[in-house]
Amino acid sequence: MSDPTRMTAAALADALASGDLSSEQVTRAHLDRTEAVDETIGAYLHVSAESALAQARAVDERRAKGEDLHRLAGVPIAVKDVMTTTGIPTTAGSKMLQGWVPPYDATVVSKLKAAGLPILGKTNMDEFAMGSSTEHSAFGRTRNPWDLDRTPGGSGGGSSAVVSSWQAPFATGTDTGGSIRQPAALTGSVGVKPTYGAMSRHGLIAMASSLDQAGPCARTVLDTALLHEVMAGHDPLDSTSIDQPVPDVVGAARRADVSGMRIGIVKELTGDGFAPQVQARFDEAVQHLVDAGAEVVEVSCPNFVHALGAYYLIMPSEASSNLARFDAMRYGLRVAPEGIDAPSAEQVMAASRDAGFGDEVKRRIILGTYALSSGYYDAYYGNAQKVRRLIADDFATAFQTADVLISPTAPTTAFRFGEKTDDPTAMYAGDIATIPANLAGVPGMSLPSGLAEDGLPAGFQVLAPAMADDRLYTVGAALEQRLVSAWGGQLLQQAPDPATTKGA
Amino acid sequence: MADLSRDDVAHLASLARIDLSGAELDSMVGELAQIIASVESVQQAPIADVTPMSHPMPITNVTRPDEVRPSLTPEEALAGAPDSELSRFAVPRILTED
Repeated sequence: MSDPTRMTAAALADALASGDLSSEQVTRAHLDRTEAVDETIGAYLHVSAESALAQARAVDERRAKGEDLHRLAGVPIAVKDVMTTTGIPTTAGSKMLQGWVPPYDATVVSKLKAAGLPILGKTNMDEFAMGSSTEHSAFGRTRNPWDLDRTPGGSGGGSSAVVSSWQAPFATGTDTGGSIRQPAALTGSVGVKPTYGAMSRHGLIAMASSLDQAGPCARTVLDTALLHEVMAGHDPLDSTSIDQPVPDVVGAARRADVSGMRIGIVKELTGDGFAPQVQARFDEAVQHLVDAGAEVVEVSCPNFVHALGAYYLIMPSEASSNLARFDAMRYGLRVAPEGIDAPSAEQVMAASRDAGFGDEVKRRIILGTYALSSGYYDAYYGNAQKVRRLIADDFATAFQTADVLISPTAPTTAFRFGEKTDDPTAMYAGDIATIPANLAGVPGMSLPSGLAEDGLPAGFQVLAPAMADDRLYTVGAALEQRLVSAWGGQLLQQAPDPATTKGA
Repeated sequence: MADLSRDDVAHLASLARIDLSGAELDSMVGELAQIIASVESVQQAPIADVTPMSHPMPITNVTRPDEVRPSLTPEEALAGAPDSELSRFAVPRILTED
């Protein structure tokens, strides 16, 4: 039997079902791998070894008794630290929540537990999911397994890095402006932002509620679909959760047939602004889809050029409101201001928020406070909401011509640490291709399209109409089949092993 | 459009209940100006007569019957509290003598 950490989730599920492997063996193998490499990668904030092994043994016992189990039962998983977990600390990458152990599970976490997936631990992230590099975590950065001097993207850099450094077969993420798809692109893995409302937000520590969406991260399109299926579905605890059947994403990934599909290249998301090698890998991938029988057309979404501006007004506005809950009264950090006897609640609140929040979080809260303030509301927030409508209309028009839309996921391959931290707008521009989907609520996938000249992976994005998430998997799987065949195996097999390339 | 002064940022920080240090204020003035300049492009979009869209889904209020359901115990709710007393959250003084 091959090394369990190198197997796909689908293969692990088969090996568990046939009795070739036990969940305890699989879980232990991943924990051992983490012990060997995560000091270098820094992808986990908390490793929950004992509870993961206990969950694994429980699944093994149930299987031994002949119980009817979920098809993924026993396959271990990592969870982004923005999702609440009972018994495991949840910090959202912030000092504000250091050591906090939530009293309830997020609905998606409950679903993972109900399906019998042992939780290996919680993955690193930009503080409160604000960032595109995982450099804004209060607990240290995560390194890109392909090049330890580079970021894995963000905010879900930890989730993508555990998957791409073989520490977990799959992981959960959240995507507000690209936080699942952009790190997937930068680490050579697969990530999906489902239709807004397709997965519950109950128990996700909110950044921008009208944009935040939970989703799966994995190494293959099929594994992403298998996890999607577990996480999705209506939740009465989330009033924005969609009460409709989940599309058959696993069937779509297995079918992988794009013959007769119309695939639209978004003119505004290609060419200028995208690194030539990223564009070249994209163009080759398009040819693979044509070879597989798809019809490729060009579509125009003229208002996408305004998406970045609208996003960076709407997101901080909602964040400033959501993060008001960190008031040092009921949970989280409480700091007494210096030099004040018997300080007031307000003074404690202001001192605690200064001490607990990092620079990027403060910047966004203050920007949001400004955009929502009297006198500027119409010019900023109000106009941004109008742009949002234009972008949704652009999508609706484009989907009349094409079944799915495609673009490169990120303009460049992984960037070096510190390269963009001094220039927030340069960092923000990296999300240019991913943000429109969040504004409109449509689903998107990133999968690897190959290596650029710098030896780093480039990402390929597929976008579909709301509630047609299955189309992402059809197109993604069809492309993946052809690319894997051209590469002679999974792209990630070409990544250097961090166990032998200790960090910079 | 608006020029943000150091005093403006200090005022916004006080509205947001964040005690920024002098150095933080200094760096934030420049950063915010840069970000605001870049997001002002929304005003160049063809937005005349466009209905604002606040959310990707048509939102309607969701209600449920007013029934008692299992919930967190007081101990669970207080487990993460910075301070508690008599099964309640203990908070700094809220009223002033003024």
